[in-house]
Amino acid sequence: MSGSRAAVRIAAGQGFWGDWLEAPYRQVTGGPVDFLMMDYLAEVTMSIMQKQKARDPSLGYATDFVPLMKRLLPVLVERKVRVIANAGGVNPHACAAAVVETARGLGLAGKLRIAVVTGDDLLGRLNGLLARGHALKNLDTNRPLSDVRDQVLAANAYLGAAPLVEGLARNADVVITGRVTDTGLTLAPIMHHFGWADDDWDRLAAGTVAGHIIECGAQASGGNSLVDWERIADLADVGYPIVEARPDGTFDVIKHPGTGGRISVAGVTEQLVYEMGDPAAYITPDCIADFTSIRLAQAGKDKVRVSGIRGKPRTDKLKVSVAYFYGYKAVGTLVYAWPDALKKAKLADRVLRQRLDDLGLKFEAIHTEFVGADATHGPLADLGPLAAELPEVQLRVAVRARAQAPVDRFTREIAPLILNGPPSVTGFAGGRPKPEEIVAFWPALIDRSEVRPVVELVDA
Amino acid sequence: MKRRPARPRKMRLLALAHARSGDKGNTANIGLIARRAKDYPLLVRRVTAARVARHFRGMIAGPVERFELPNLHALNFLLHGALDGGGTISLKTDAQGKVLSTALLRMEIEVSR
Repeated sequence: MSGSRAAVRIAAGQGFWGDWLEAPYRQVTGGPVDFLMMDYLAEVTMSIMQKQKARDPSLGYATDFVPLMKRLLPVLVERKVRVIANAGGVNPHACAAAVVETARGLGLAGKLRIAVVTGDDLLGRLNGLLARGHALKNLDTNRPLSDVRDQVLAANAYLGAAPLVEGLARNADVVITGRVTDTGLTLAPIMHHFGWADDDWDRLAAGTVAGHIIECGAQASGGNSLVDWERIADLADVGYPIVEARPDGTFDVIKHPGTGGRISVAGVTEQLVYEMGDPAAYITPDCIADFTSIRLAQAGKDKVRVSGIRGKPRTDKLKVSVAYFYGYKAVGTLVYAWPDALKKAKLADRVLRQRLDDLGLKFEAIHTEFVGADATHGPLADLGPLAAELPEVQLRVAVRARAQAPVDRFTREIAPLILNGPPSVTGFAGGRPKPEEIVAFWPALIDRSEVRPVVELVDA
Repeated sequence: MKRRPARPRKMRLLALAHARSGDKGNTANIGLIARRAKDYPLLVRRVTAARVARHFRGMIAGPVERFELPNLHALNFLLHGALDGGGTISLKTDAQGKVLSTALLRMEIEVSR
């Protein structure tokens, strides 16, 4: 190993596009950190960005990233904190250009280097890949992608840490990527800092687990934490998690002193099991991490030590996420009040369904929930005599169809129930429901050799 | 004082464990974590994949898989076909299974005393 022996700190700044805007600034000003890591890309985000880019070739990235960087850049440059973010979406070059312009406007010309990581976007290559026999079969249904080829809106391979490490090695202050795994955003700066080899499986697995712990932001530091939730202090000022990694592959999960929230073994465990499949084989483009090898220990107040992590060699495939147009849906809601709120809502549901049926509307699915009674726990929520005493129940009916017409018609059948259905009804202030286009996802695998990550540097 | 023979008593999982859940497509996962390490073996014995499948009967369309994480005193359950198509297709309020974890914590299991 050729890298540093000193510990390195990676701070989580955004767990998703839409996360708390204050968090990144607080992470870089609240105490020493070396890297700020921000995750912007949910699956659905990529298809929205492809649409934006089709309308305007200078768009197609997480636009919030640019004003955020305007606020952060002076501090980042002064404190020598480097940024890793997948804010580039389907247009990392345009994102980088906007950040460069912002940096120059702040008088930082010559003081900022950006690495742009691309190569994940397969949309323009799909026909060629299919023609050469890559079926891109759906991992769940085993159907070939040709089934929905005409409806495809976006197709991206998940890149790993390697191109990000390259960007950092070439002295980038900010690394802007398209689709990169959440975990790769944290693993990359740790690999770079310590000079870890790309086949040092145990250490790569350790950096991957570190990434999994902080990729959802405050969900590792007291946010959305079930255990002991009433005694988690000062969530208003919650400190986002920071990984302090050491060269031997062990690391601590911490937060800045004086911030709210909590970092505990129980809380970190909740985050470790989040979105988990087979814990012995957590597969990423970088390695396979074994979550059954993880050791956790409370090493102090708001400090959890993580050690013992084992890894295995990466596979020769990459995951691909294809977004395709599926159909339409709409959700209508009304609120019914005591007495017998639930009974009234149930009658309204029967009336509505009969009218939809009488109109001859064909839906792929009609789904009813009684919010306040059964929406989240279904039949497991056994109310007993309480059912008649509920102060209010929200009737929530949702429909889905491949065609738009029946969904449009459905949206006009909610309001009439206020005057021509069961009594004690309110809560229609939001107006008629809006039909929504459904973009669905098609998970597939592709040979790693088909995907060539590209790293380019742009100086402000 | 005469010691009574141990007899089974029922407890809600909520008293013994905490949990977090999420989604992978149309599959929900629930991580169930023992509040105290010494209760983990009890969870392993009682909260089997078959028991969880019975608990969620009528709510999920596919089978239930279970994985053990003794190092974290945790069990991970995969509930296949739990999310009405999942993600963006699902019509459910909880389309991503974020609070299915709490529905599991309603389960009552037998504990000896």
